[in-house]
Amino acid sequence: MEAVSVKSITKTYGKEKTLAVDNVSFSVEKGELFGLIGPDGAGKTSIFRILTTLLLADQGSSSVDGFDVVKDFKEIRNTVGYMPGRFSLYQDLTIEENLHFFATIFGTTIEANYHLIEDIYVQIEPFKKRRAGKLSGGMKQKLALCCALIHKPTTLFLDEPTTGVDPVSRKEFWEMLRRLKEQNITIIVSTPYMDEASKCDRIALIQNGKILSIDTPENIIHAYPDQLYAIKANEMYLLLKSLECYPDRLNSYAFGEYAHLTFKDYGADLTKLKGYLREKGLSGVELNAIEATIEDSFIKLLN
Amino acid sequence: MKQFIAFVRKEFYHVLRDRRTLLILFGMPIVQILLFGFALTNEVKDSKILVVDYAKDHASGQLIAKIGASRYFKIQKASLTRQEILSTFQQGEIKAVVVFPGNFNENLLHANKAQIQVITDATDINTANMVTNYLSSIILDYQNQMNENLAIPYQIIPETRMLYNPQLKGAHGFVPGVMALVLMLVSVMMTAISIVREKEMGTMEILLVSPFKPVLVIFAKAIPYLILSLINVVAILLLSVFVLDLPVKGSVLLLFAESTLFIITCLTLGIFISIKTDSQQVAMLISLMGMLLPTMMFSGFLFPIENMPVPLQVISNLIPSKWFYIIVKSIMIKGLGIAALWKETLILLGMTAFLLVISLKSFKIRLQ
Repeated sequence: MEAVSVKSITKTYGKEKTLAVDNVSFSVEKGELFGLIGPDGAGKTSIFRILTTLLLADQGSSSVDGFDVVKDFKEIRNTVGYMPGRFSLYQDLTIEENLHFFATIFGTTIEANYHLIEDIYVQIEPFKKRRAGKLSGGMKQKLALCCALIHKPTTLFLDEPTTGVDPVSRKEFWEMLRRLKEQNITIIVSTPYMDEASKCDRIALIQNGKILSIDTPENIIHAYPDQLYAIKANEMYLLLKSLECYPDRLNSYAFGEYAHLTFKDYGADLTKLKGYLREKGLSGVELNAIEATIEDSFIKLLN
Repeated sequence: MKQFIAFVRKEFYHVLRDRRTLLILFGMPIVQILLFGFALTNEVKDSKILVVDYAKDHASGQLIAKIGASRYFKIQKASLTRQEILSTFQQGEIKAVVVFPGNFNENLLHANKAQIQVITDATDINTANMVTNYLSSIILDYQNQMNENLAIPYQIIPETRMLYNPQLKGAHGFVPGVMALVLMLVSVMMTAISIVREKEMGTMEILLVSPFKPVLVIFAKAIPYLILSLINVVAILLLSVFVLDLPVKGSVLLLFAESTLFIITCLTLGIFISIKTDSQQVAMLISLMGMLLPTMMFSGFLFPIENMPVPLQVISNLIPSKWFYIIVKSIMIKGLGIAALWKETLILLGMTAFLLVISLKSFKIRLQ
């Protein structure tokens, strides 16, 4: 059964009609962990707001749990959980008070759904008397997740939940999401971090309001058409400059401490490349054939 | 209902945990009452008064010397006609004129009764009042001195005239005025800011995506400020009765009922501002510029409305505080009941209903 269905929605802002969401369609199955992956300004938040009935799309239609986002907005507001991108709890209320407040607002109690948030809440419980404004980034997000979960939503919308959170907390956060999935809660999550994409069941790569590709992370990686190489040398900048001028090059870009490179033809001559780089004055050249990542796929799709 | 109570409790947390808000809420009324009550009254010191002595006899000389000896007055002597007295007043330097009639000493000695005319410039009510009081007590003092050894007491009757504003309208007007001002500020500004804050902090986004009715957000926000404002009313009244000696002549219950009505009017106004604005600064500016200034200018508290040009008089009718000021003044000072105030009460009710309707109409259940 489809939990969320989006049919060619378009959204523009302001008098200049700045295009934020451009004819986007996708659907999410019940109990699926679905990721919207894209850089800042790609239109992720706009899509979230349309689905959580906060914004009206200019065109197209969408539904959550079978309810139309325009007509049946009240039903949707009763059932979904939403965690906005910006920390949006009451900073002058303590952890406990925030949680209690949101539980009551949704007509439930902390006790009734404690099993849902238990794993997460025990981590912040020692600080329950602390005001939310004084929490670390990771703890804030855990609290926000607790508050979004406390009424046992059917669908959970998490807008960039890991932005501004340290790597350890990020990892923990995704483990929590996987556990929530086991409770049969549909989760739609957005993130600008490509490395988090592989943790989703399916992802949509999105850029400038357009969806570039929707598939499982594995399929997206497998669909990568070229053989990818990672190159390292003593001088990164010179290496990148040299690669740009290499005649057989299809694409090259910096990727962490390596440069990633694809060739125009499949079985390219690697010794020729090594010779070319030596000529350019580079030493310590290391060249490996590698598997593409989501980020490589994304860059490929952008070109 | 449980949700509503939880929301109201949350609002109380917000208010009670923000020291600055608390200070504005409760510090401002007290400071204003005390300021207007004490610091801002015009103390009479070295006030210039004009003595017109038609008698030029023993008694008038003594009394003039006595007035001149006090630290309150500086005496100028002149013999002027009635017309000339009026024109000196118009120059504004003279606070009062004391006129001794031609046969002052003689009247005193033979009829045991003499009159003095005291004319004050009552455009400045407080000063006029005080000058008259001081002069009267000096005259009384002189009279007692002379009467010590006499069987039949002398009587000097000061005949006072308040020029320009004989009924002394606006005397003690500052307590109703400050009440209107403080309630206006607290209710309008605080509600406006507190709702806009939810928008600014992003919490409105979560509240909208919840079963809680958006309209209830507004009412839940208003309740704490209604209660706090009523506490303010109590504080102001206590101060005015026990510190400033200005008792409530009319029904206290009616005063509270009318105050509640006015607070609700202000709250709906605050809600309306908060719906129309998106940042706390804008909300605050609009409340201050749009509410505080008109309240000061058009409520009749600082400037008599009757003296304004007609267009301004018409505008003043739109200011809720004007009507509340009239109501409080009538209840506190004149001791009037609802029978005399139903018109003003109805106007406030109408304003509240109007603001509430347009607020509910323009409330957005979505972002943007």
